[in-house]
Amino acid sequence: MTIESWLSAAIADAEARGLPELKPLLEALAKATIALRAANFIQSPADSRQS
Amino acid sequence: MMTIEEFGRRLRAREITSEQITEACLRQIEADNPRLNAFITVMADDARRRARQADQELAAGRDRGPLHGVPLSIKDLFDIRGLPTTAASHVRDGHIADRDAPAIAHLIQAGAVFVGKTNLHEFAFGTTNEDSAFGPARNPHDPARSPGGSSGGSAASVAAGMALATIGTDTGGSIRIPAAACGIVGLKPTLGDVPTGGVVPLSHTMDHVGPLTQTVADAALVYHALLGDPHAPIPAPMRVAGLRLAVPRAYFCDLLDDDVRARFEGALERLQSAGAHVADVDIHHAADIMPIYLHLQLADAAACHAATLDEMPERYTPPVRLRLEMGRYVLAEDYVRALAGREVLKREVDAALAQHDALVLPTLPIPAPLLGTSTVRIGSSTQPVRTVMLRLTQGFNVSGHPAISLPAGLTAGRLPVGVQLVGCRGQTDGLLRIALACEALISFKSQV
Repeated sequence: MTIESWLSAAIADAEARGLPELKPLLEALAKATIALRAANFIQSPADSRQS
Repeated sequence: MMTIEEFGRRLRAREITSEQITEACLRQIEADNPRLNAFITVMADDARRRARQADQELAAGRDRGPLHGVPLSIKDLFDIRGLPTTAASHVRDGHIADRDAPAIAHLIQAGAVFVGKTNLHEFAFGTTNEDSAFGPARNPHDPARSPGGSSGGSAASVAAGMALATIGTDTGGSIRIPAAACGIVGLKPTLGDVPTGGVVPLSHTMDHVGPLTQTVADAALVYHALLGDPHAPIPAPMRVAGLRLAVPRAYFCDLLDDDVRARFEGALERLQSAGAHVADVDIHHAADIMPIYLHLQLADAAACHAATLDEMPERYTPPVRLRLEMGRYVLAEDYVRALAGREVLKREVDAALAQHDALVLPTLPIPAPLLGTSTVRIGSSTQPVRTVMLRLTQGFNVSGHPAISLPAGLTAGRLPVGVQLVGCRGQTDGLLRIALACEALISFKSQV
């Protein structure tokens, strides 16, 4: 799941649950998730690094 | 207020009794708690009973060790049999503990006297103590300011002389942050050292139990009592001359209030003048600490609170409820990425310590913030208070290394500054030996 699609779905779900004030928090979490994924801690099967 | 060490000497010299020191603490609570809101429950009758018992036991020749008859406060996150454990939340309304947490049982065995249960950020999920069902605890140095959090009431109780020491918990800095904000010592032991049973959890993978005290020696005494080893002596200090200290400057020293930076650099100069070797060291993924911590901590906390978030959401303070709800949206794949990052960070901190005795860095990038503020200015930038307060401590909850915050003087505005020492995993006693050696050079004991 891309972060964009996750964020859209999360904001829509939060609004449906009556929690629209979660939106800025979810946007902040999305920024942290971008950083986490960019750190590349998990080796992808397509990764050229040695296993 | 006298230290545990000094009280112990005077107690055994028959110059003071446990009843006398306990009454002094209770008087201080009566005088200052309306102003500081440090306590949720004051245990005056129980404290007097335990103090009387401690004096009778000592007179009869039974000495339980250095905590015998010592008045302590306890963060209201620990179960004490027969009392509510509120966690500063209405979610816990009606709760009464049916047994003592193992850490509490160890303190009772050690002869400690509990003067009360202290205020905290609701469920230990915050750094300022503002979100509490019982109102905010306040900083004894300036009651308009936060005492730090989440163990803010605990730190305030010691800084204001309401207890000789206190017990807190630390998931992202909740012992060290309030210790720094209130000008006292705060020890986060190695992950897993002290049992967390009977403590309302925030993160099953990062919660730590430890003491906040006036001195490092007192921290060592309380730490050993928490382990169930109440007769352990204070470890011998290492020699400062030849001590190898490493400063992780990148990330950890990038964003500091000017006064905090000046106090930190002053402490480094004094250590070097006394013969310590101080070198810079790199923790390669330091900038990834926040995203790793956030994904672990949010998801862990959401898992703990899932049932009550659904059943009684209105009983949470709105900010804490929202942060817990945020954790329900962390994807499993990102949690696993964070777990992998955690292993990388552990190895990098281990490597940084391989050629050094300890890391040394500031504890809190800013002095205690004013209550009610959500952002703070550092140099030319505006930063979220919560993010900044966690910045220098949370990495060692992720990695599990022991860390201790020592008071390091005051800002121009007379607010305390803390300096943190980080030791090798599994060697909390080794860290205490280093801290004992460095304490007089780093610390400036702040008076309230």
